[in-house]
Amino acid sequence: MAGSGTAHLRAPEDSLLRVEHLVVEFPVGRTGLKVNAVTNVSLDVLPGETLGLVGESGCGKSTTGKAIMQLPRPKSGTVMFDGADMTTLEGDELRRTRTLMKMIFQDPISSLNPRRKVEDIIAEGLKIWKLGSGEEQAKKVDEAMLAVGLDPALQRGRRPHQFSGGQCQRISIARAVVTDPKLIICDEPVSALDVSVQAQILNLLEDMKQRYGLTLIFIAHDLAVVKNVSDRIVVMYLGKICEVSNPDALYKQPAHPYTAGLLASIPVPDPSVRPDERPALAGEIPSPVAPPSGCRFRTRCPKAQDVCAAEEPQIQQVAPGQFVACHFPMAPGETLPTRNGQAPL
Amino acid sequence: MSPWRRKPTADRFADAPLDGPLLDVDGVRTYFKTPRGLVRAVDGVSLTLERGKTLGVVGESGSGKSVLSRSIMGLLPNNVERHGSIKFEGREIGESGTDVMRAYWGTQMSMVFQDPMTSLNPVMKIGKQITEPLRYHLDVSRDYAEDTALALLQSVGIPEAERRLEEYPHQLSGGMRQRVMIAIALACGPKLLFADEPTTALDVTVQAQILDLLHKQQSERFMAMVLVTHDLGVVAGRAESTAVMYAGQIVEFAPTRELFNATRHPYTEALLKSIPKLSQASHTRLEAIVGRPPDLVDPPVGCKFAARCPYAQPRCLEEEPALTDAEMPGHAYRCFYPVGTEAGKRALADNLAAGVTAAGLPVGTAATTSETATTVVV
Repeated sequence: MAGSGTAHLRAPEDSLLRVEHLVVEFPVGRTGLKVNAVTNVSLDVLPGETLGLVGESGCGKSTTGKAIMQLPRPKSGTVMFDGADMTTLEGDELRRTRTLMKMIFQDPISSLNPRRKVEDIIAEGLKIWKLGSGEEQAKKVDEAMLAVGLDPALQRGRRPHQFSGGQCQRISIARAVVTDPKLIICDEPVSALDVSVQAQILNLLEDMKQRYGLTLIFIAHDLAVVKNVSDRIVVMYLGKICEVSNPDALYKQPAHPYTAGLLASIPVPDPSVRPDERPALAGEIPSPVAPPSGCRFRTRCPKAQDVCAAEEPQIQQVAPGQFVACHFPMAPGETLPTRNGQAPL
Repeated sequence: MSPWRRKPTADRFADAPLDGPLLDVDGVRTYFKTPRGLVRAVDGVSLTLERGKTLGVVGESGSGKSVLSRSIMGLLPNNVERHGSIKFEGREIGESGTDVMRAYWGTQMSMVFQDPMTSLNPVMKIGKQITEPLRYHLDVSRDYAEDTALALLQSVGIPEAERRLEEYPHQLSGGMRQRVMIAIALACGPKLLFADEPTTALDVTVQAQILDLLHKQQSERFMAMVLVTHDLGVVAGRAESTAVMYAGQIVEFAPTRELFNATRHPYTEALLKSIPKLSQASHTRLEAIVGRPPDLVDPPVGCKFAARCPYAQPRCLEEEPALTDAEMPGHAYRCFYPVGTEAGKRALADNLAAGVTAAGLPVGTAATTSETATTVVV
């Protein structure tokens, strides 16, 4: 997977956000080595679209989300948002664009200040930018709380510890939508929640999207969750893009061997599906400090050939709306070897 | 080294009967004493487990699934009240203290915990952590223990096992650490393995590998396993029978296939419906379960799920349903108006017609039109 390239990007004038050749690296102590967290990733989001970013831990999906927010700044690449290149913005200008671009984090409890009241947490963005009078701000907070299913009269004066995890995530969502942003980056917003609450929050995000006309980048490791919310899915592996596709095609006919393996690893709530008859991926994600040459997935790929080590595959279109970075994409109907066959142990 | 030099404990179990269930749990109640009052974490759980079989225990956080396995293992803190009977190979261990249970740990039953980061000792080499239970419980020589540790590491699929024995936990990835945890748990050949959310902290491709490994080890050793998880997908293909827990009780117990195909309890049904499925088109609206589980300090009278249940009738609010047998042997549920029966259909139809359940939960069109407004949870 390696994939670099921009074949999957759409016309720049249509997109709300366009990220090109994004690179993020972190130093490893004073060793001079670096973690290649995100290497040459390009993606774009149309207004009103939900883009799903999916992959296992260490694939760079959260780093991509944060680098778009310039937290931290990427090493290179451009982030065009709303007509401006975020990587060149500084100080006030940068902070002002962040009112239009919000983030929702994974752990709802630790991302809220425990010592502040819910109303102050939600109103903070409004207060910093002095958006409206005090009365208008209070009204906006009430509206946002109602919209996410909290009762302003009863709960505005409470503090985060008085709420459950699902409710705290509702507060985070209210805080994100209150300044009327255009884009919300949701970084694993439901991973810490129970399934019954997860469904509530996913439904709520869909409602918020309709109500506030939002565009979402939805980052998660659970492909079923991402499929449910997304209009377009980007599958990442070790800092690179493997596959970009619309959700239904991705599920029906994954083009990248990694996508196919990922799909087959998901436990299906159906007792008639025998786990040992499904394909599986052997091995684990290699270290991003010394990623494999060529295609970064080749060390785990059952289809890998010599060329995969020598040459990095470029993103190419395999079907309308489906792009893959692989020398040997999966043919229609092709499946990976099953666990019985290759014994992943 | 003095406490380590003790008689091997395995001999004590030489006369254990081989017929009858391996584990027989009856009416176990585990209450935590807290400043707020008694937390009824496990409130009357009964189950049996045969040798070599897998039992799945499914529930959301706070349903008591982990506390149940810890109650059976005797791994509970001091601020706890424990009642009920736990029989292991016919012997009562429900009242046993740590000194007695120590003989069971490792050789008879052991546990794989959720978080491999925090359950390994960070300042002890992997090899030492695997040989420790062998030396302690089986009183074998150091050389023998080291050879066994190497064989164990190889059998759980760790490459370059010899080198790994000399490494520390931080040098391994999460998946490798969980393999080491499994090797430690299997070291003394237990008859019963508790896997408490063994894959929750792992990536999905690694999760599949670890579940395969547990399954392989289990069938090779003819070991029974209690697989505790919040993910119905994990138990679906791997457990012979499944218990669904809610608010400290088993609300439905059935052979796994039966549980999915002939669901009786509304909570199980709701749980199955709320999971996003890959086979659904994207943007399919999920059927969320409104509200949240009850407070276990002050649980409601009647059925604990009534407040969130679309089938709820006045009777559910007053009377607590007992575990009732379904037509299929081995299938039991706790509900007056079970899913898929005449009573259940009628209860749901009545509620849909009224637009509201006996517990005041809006259902049908009333619920969908005002979903966000009515999910106000105080």
